[in-house]
Amino acid sequence: MGQFKVLKSLVVDSLDTITKGSLKYHLWMGFLTIVILIGMYCYSIQLDEGLSVTGMNDRVSWGLYISNFTFLVGVAAAAVMLVMPTYILKDIDFKQAVLIGEGLAVAALIMCIAFVIADMGGPAVLWHMIPGIGVFNFPNSMLAWDVIVLNVYLFINISIPFYILFRHYQGKEAKKNVYLPGAILSVFWAVAIHLVTAFLYQGLQARPFWNNALLGPRFLASAFAAGPALIILVLAIIKRFTEFKVEEKTIKKIAMIVTVAAQINLIMLISELFKEFYAPTHHSESAYYLFFGLHGKTALLPWIWTAITLNVIATAMLTFNKLRNNLNVLYLCCIMLFVAIWIEKGFGLIVPGFIPGPYGKIVEYLPTGIEVGVTLGIWALGAFIFTILAKTAIGIELGKLRYKRK
Amino acid sequence: MSENKKWYSLDLGLNKKKGSSGSCGCGKAEGGCNSHKEELSAEEFYEAAINASIGEERHKDGFEQVFDVKMDRRTAFKKLTASLLIGAGAVSTSCSLTTSGDAKEKAQIDWEEQFKGNYKLMTDDEKKKTVDRLMRSYELRTGKNISMTAENAAEDVLFGYAFNISKCQGYMDCVSACVAENNQDRNSEMQYIRIHEMKDGEGFKFDKADDNYYHEVPAEGHFYMGTQCFHCDDPPCVDVCPVQATWKEEDGLVVIDYDWCIGCRYCMAACPYDGRRFNWSKPEVPENEVNKNQHYLGNRMRKKGVMEKCTFCVQRTRKGKNPACVEACPTGARIFGNLLDPNSSIRWVLENKKVFRLKEDLGTEPKFWYFMD
Repeated sequence: MGQFKVLKSLVVDSLDTITKGSLKYHLWMGFLTIVILIGMYCYSIQLDEGLSVTGMNDRVSWGLYISNFTFLVGVAAAAVMLVMPTYILKDIDFKQAVLIGEGLAVAALIMCIAFVIADMGGPAVLWHMIPGIGVFNFPNSMLAWDVIVLNVYLFINISIPFYILFRHYQGKEAKKNVYLPGAILSVFWAVAIHLVTAFLYQGLQARPFWNNALLGPRFLASAFAAGPALIILVLAIIKRFTEFKVEEKTIKKIAMIVTVAAQINLIMLISELFKEFYAPTHHSESAYYLFFGLHGKTALLPWIWTAITLNVIATAMLTFNKLRNNLNVLYLCCIMLFVAIWIEKGFGLIVPGFIPGPYGKIVEYLPTGIEVGVTLGIWALGAFIFTILAKTAIGIELGKLRYKRK
Repeated sequence: MSENKKWYSLDLGLNKKKGSSGSCGCGKAEGGCNSHKEELSAEEFYEAAINASIGEERHKDGFEQVFDVKMDRRTAFKKLTASLLIGAGAVSTSCSLTTSGDAKEKAQIDWEEQFKGNYKLMTDDEKKKTVDRLMRSYELRTGKNISMTAENAAEDVLFGYAFNISKCQGYMDCVSACVAENNQDRNSEMQYIRIHEMKDGEGFKFDKADDNYYHEVPAEGHFYMGTQCFHCDDPPCVDVCPVQATWKEEDGLVVIDYDWCIGCRYCMAACPYDGRRFNWSKPEVPENEVNKNQHYLGNRMRKKGVMEKCTFCVQRTRKGKNPACVEACPTGARIFGNLLDPNSSIRWVLENKKVFRLKEDLGTEPKFWYFMD
């Protein structure tokens, strides 16, 4: 019973924390709320008229939503890069960062789920997917696997930080033997969510652009670059705007992870380009479309070359210790890397899979305003959730939020 | 196990022998067949493959069918109404004292339709009930009657299709007949069949072909080739569906339960033959053009946000008729029939013509062959 009382008090206290803050905080939350509302309005139009309000069609049947979903799975998976050293290698440096990382994973996963639901033609019958009451095509469908691994990962990433914060809230230390098994599991699980998501595409013999053994490993490499890059940026913001202490040593260690992952990612990119263009076959057409355009259709060219340029420059800069250890340069590199991988693993991956179509037809895809509106709304939702989580977590970690026995 | 084998494939070492009568699966008593020993090993392989791939699922399906989930489901969902807009709407209407009897019945039907199970797992009785509800619902909405069936696959039938490239002249009568027969959305001009116009002397260059022409046919120096759903024997679209809303029927038709589909379009990405279509907006057919002879898995009215595809006109073919495209073709380029009937014309084509299929390297085993005179 006592635990419930503490829980109730925690809920009340955190509601109190998230509704109070500086003017900047209120402006930020107000801005996010407006964007979320715009997104909801766009989604209501989509619900009413159907997916025809998006830029997708029978030839390019997945677009911005699934692109963002794919990218965000990577961001969610990257939380593991912080979990591993903190809990398992006992590297104390990361302890502060890990709560932030897991909060980021929760926000990213909720965005993933939102993007998938936004992409569904029939959200009203989504219960068909719930195991037990619906009919689940397990183990044949990789999408069924994905639903399972994402939800379990979400559960793990909610429960571990919740347990730790709940203990700290009461002024107690978190018990290692309680959260450590979960933390170890989440390390493996993070690899699983990303690999399964890659298999979703990799397993389709109909789409040669995806049906490629390197897709999964490259997903992992790019995720472990983009995810921690985002964490560095978030830590930088938190460091600037709150009293929460983030040591420079921590940021530099994460930067090391970003660097190695980005380097591996680049090697894999070279391998992929070599395979597609050294001896081009009929199956290289999608890659041609992506990098050079096909039959005068060149919609993706500016995007992918921006991505590759940013990617190469950022990786090169990060490689030099001197540049990497300069925090301002590091932040810039992180932004570049994040944008580059968002393009590359987003619609740089999804859209060319459909172009050319099964019989060689080229129909280009351009998202509509409504689609962009919903997408921005979901990103704002993610930011909103993360801000709430981070604010509560920081409050507890700083000792401002404590359970008071009455 | 080998007795149940209905799949007819060419030159894959899987030709089956009925019993040990000495006549071959390909219908010939002698000649051209594979040796018996090879056949046996191929059968064993096939059996193992079936057990490995769908053996478990068969068992599971049986379990799910025996397990009477219907009532449980309904009671469970009554507790979940709050989040479900349609359900909530239906409840408010059906509980209201002011609405008329018809409206109440409509709401009741909507409610039951919203929470019915997957057609694939329904008993014949449940199938009949949902078909009755859909017919009644149409009557309540439009005041007109339709006839809808839930006819199951017949025994010893496996449908196959052959397309004569020499004969097709690109008239597209098949396309119009298909649209009229299958109640496809008129606004988006959805078509299951695509006719590709190709240049003579260049071979099958699909990427250079025109599948959206508006000129007089046959155009000089061109030949024509039609594609649609090939009803693969190992359909990738079926494997990827997360909710088993699409499956292969006993007679080989790959069908969709439109009411179970969640509209994720994964099957569309998985299909190598451009065989699937999505309802991007609410499909509309003028009332006087609606084909009222319908099948649950075939040409009944679809809704927004679900997949659909060619069903080889299940509403016709299960009654022994040809699909609309076959009947409409003025040149006789289209041949349809039962692959298990040695006297069918499709079997004659497969045995006497040099047939081929598209993208055979993908291992999907389409039941749609091309040939030339």
